[in-house]
This record gives sequence, structure tokens and C-alpha cells, in this order.
Amino acid sequence: MEMNQKFTAETFPHNPEKATEEGKNKFLAFWLFLGGETVLFASLFGTFLALRNSTAGGASASEMFEPKLVFIATMLLLTSSLTSVYAMYHMKNFEHKKMMLWLGITLLLGLGFLLLEIYEFKHYMHEFEFTMKSSAFGSAFYTLVGTHGAHVFVGLLWITTLMLRNAGRGLNLYNAPKFYVASLYWHFIDVVWIFIFTVVYLMGMVG
Amino acid sequence: MGTNTNSHQGHNQVELKYHRRKHAEEMKQQVISFLFMIVLTLASFAAVIYREHMDSYFTVPFILLLAVVQLIFQLYYFMHMKNKGHSTTSFFLYSGLTVAIITLLTFLTLIWL
Repeated sequence: MEMNQKFTAETFPHNPEKATEEGKNKFLAFWLFLGGETVLFASLFGTFLALRNSTAGGASASEMFEPKLVFIATMLLLTSSLTSVYAMYHMKNFEHKKMMLWLGITLLLGLGFLLLEIYEFKHYMHEFEFTMKSSAFGSAFYTLVGTHGAHVFVGLLWITTLMLRNAGRGLNLYNAPKFYVASLYWHFIDVVWIFIFTVVYLMGMVG
Repeated sequence: MGTNTNSHQGHNQVELKYHRRKHAEEMKQQVISFLFMIVLTLASFAAVIYREHMDSYFTVPFILLLAVVQLIFQLYYFMHMKNKGHSTTSFFLYSGLTVAIITLLTFLTLIWL
């Protein structure tokens, strides 16, 4: 099938993300990238676990972290994972407008998460003088959680650009794999967050 | 010619209905796995908030286990790894995970010394 062919709901393929050779390649290569990202985050998690008690006399995890803030952030990101599933559901059904709507909601939830994280970092810096330089725990914490936050930021830019670029085009086999891969990336961000809230925050509160 | 096109369209309509039903079924499974993930998250937070009432050796392994279950839901349902055509992607991801686990073990054993 041609990449720029016009489709109707009847003719749109069952799995549009893998209907062209380019789509298939994109799909495979993206999972390879995710395998690499897993290793990147594992090394940051390993560093954090090794250094999480090296507070250099400064604030410790159990003094700083509060369940409320982390819980709200977790719910925002988890829900945004579901809304991007909804977006892909509508993509497969060839409903361009509905897909855009759910992607928009995903973006808003992601933005909420990011703003909450910026507030949180500022709070730690001002209330506890806990910074990247204050202790080894600080360096490990901000590197791990900050790298995840940077991924959220990139995801927001990516999905926004995709939506703007394809707003007037409608769905075809050229952009369907792009949307699909972006939603995979968004789920991966949520996967990493599951381990951040468990290992960094909840285990930090336990002490 | 005319009848041919009609029957072709009829066939497409049947196929469209079939695909939409398949998509809706998958969506339903995904909503259920989302609800499970919410419950698991609540259980994790509850285990930490009420940790005084529990054995201290219980809380950390318990929340780690819940995180792994959530990971499986994300990968297999939200990221479609349960669907056909994911053998190479599984290979990529599990290769990454293997290196990841070795890395974690290395960093954790380094600090024992």
C-alpha cells in the first residue's frame, strides 16, 4: 500500500502502523531504542540505589518526600497513559478528530505532571536546601528523576509537533506509524515512572 | 461491474464491523488493565502510609512486586506486546532488561564492600 494513498474507514488497514515497509521498520527500530533506554535508566537507578543514603548530613528521603504530591503525579501520568491508548484506539478506527482530542488530553495531563515536578524540585531546593550539589544522594536523585522529566518534556514536544504537522492531513499510512511510535514512547515514560515512584519515593519514605 | 463494486463494498462493511469489534474488545481489556493498575498503585501507597501496622521486612518487597505486575500490564496490554508480531520486539526489550538487571546487581553489590 502507498504511503500517501487516501483512505476511508472501510479501506484503512487493520494495523495501520505496520502496513508499510517504513512503518514496520519504524516499529522495530523503536523497540530497539526502548531496549537501550531501559539500560540507560537501569544505570541511573543503580547509581541512585547505591547512593541514596549518602546524604552528607543534609535532608534524607524520609524527611522530604510526601505521599500526597507523588500520588497526584502518579495518577496524572497513569491516566495520560490510558488517554493515549484511547487515541490509538481511534487511530485504528480511522477517526482522526477523536484521536487528536485524546492526544490533546494526554498532552494536558503530561504538562500537569511536569509542572508538578518543577514545583516539587523548587520545594526541595528552598525548604531543605537539597540540590544537585548538596550530597551524592542529591546528585543521584536529580539525575534520575530529572532524566525522566526530560523524557516527559521531549514527549510533550514530540506529540505537539506531530499534532500540528498532521492537523490538516488526516490519517494515512505515512503518519499512522508516527503516532503509534509516539504513543509507545509515552507508555515507556509511564513504565519508568512506576519504578521511580516505587524505588525513589515509596522506598525513600520507608527509609 | 456495478454489482461487483456493490459486493466489494458489502465485503468491506463486514470487515470494517469485524475490525471495529476487535478494536473495541482490545480497548475493553486495556480499560480493565488500567483499573488494575490504579488498584495496584493504591495498594503500594497504602502499604507505605500504614507501614507501622506491618512487618518492616514486608513493605519493600511487596511494593516492588506490585511495580513488576504494573510493568507487565503496561508492556503487554498498553504497549500491545501480547499481540501477534512482537517476537523481535520482545527480544529487543528483554535483551535490554537483561543488561539492566546485571547493571543493577553490579551497582548494588559494589556498595557492599
